Amino acid sequence: MASPQPRIGVVTYPGSQDDRDALWALAALDGEAVPVWHEEHELPDLDAVVLPGGFSYGDYLRCGAIARFSPATAAVKEFADAGGLVLGICNGFQILCEAGLLPGVLLRNESLRFVCRDVPLVVERADLPFTSRCSVGQRIVIPVKHGDGRWFAPPELVRELEANRQVVLRYGEPCNGSVDDIAGICNERGNVMGLMPHPEHAVDPLLGSADGALILASLIEAARERVLAFS
Amino acid sequence: MKATVLVRPKQGILDPQGEAVETALEHLGFAVSGARVGKVVDLELDADDPEQARAQVEKMCEQLLANPLMESFEVEIHG
Repeated sequence: MASPQPRIGVVTYPGSQDDRDALWALAALDGEAVPVWHEEHELPDLDAVVLPGGFSYGDYLRCGAIARFSPATAAVKEFADAGGLVLGICNGFQILCEAGLLPGVLLRNESLRFVCRDVPLVVERADLPFTSRCSVGQRIVIPVKHGDGRWFAPPELVRELEANRQVVLRYGEPCNGSVDDIAGICNERGNVMGLMPHPEHAVDPLLGSADGALILASLIEAARERVLAFS
Repeated sequence: MKATVLVRPKQGILDPQGEAVETALEHLGFAVSGARVGKVVDLELDADDPEQARAQVEKMCEQLLANPLMESFEVEIHG
């Protein structure tokens, strides 16, 4: 039997910018990439959802603060609450934090500069649907491009996160002033993850790195397993 | 009825914008310290009672205008 192609939705908000790259990368890695418009109140039949990078609603007020109220975000929240796999990249990560699906908040970079470069990352968890193709302690290289990527939470929340092993990726060198160099986190249940680096921009050696494919292919594989489990 | 909301970075939160503004002011020759940069939101409300208006704006702050993890807010109601 041919292995099923999992359906991965990519939500486009007004101001999303990496939705097309995410769709392209998911398709290149053998997922069925499904565009989802932000006004949709119900998600189509999906096995996972990606919230892409960009500047939804112009980053007005705070990054992700307005996108949180989009009909599609409410549908994504429902999907996540039911155990669905959700990956937020950059602005998608900011939206997940604002929506309360992930803890903390992303603040202006400590340097006040927009950082746009390849950064080394250290994998802290390899047992998640988003990182199964990685190994713990592995150093991978994925580009970042953000002005507001400094993840922050009060110390007691950070302690809780560390205790629950919710830190998934750390910067291997100073990047934006994030607490504990945190680059990516997951929720307690492990079905929602957010990260500032852009795996969809690093899926082919021609792009400088193919390490992003480790994350996206892990997600596709996990989504495929879910298709098989329910078929 | 009109309302003004002041949103500030909470104490203890690193505010690089405030630091940059402070440095710029120092370059201009002003002796300043503790600069913090926040936001002002002016609103017009359909309410007659100031207390009712305040309650309404506080709800707006909690739900949208401020993120309690990093920001504090202050509401002013003008007749």
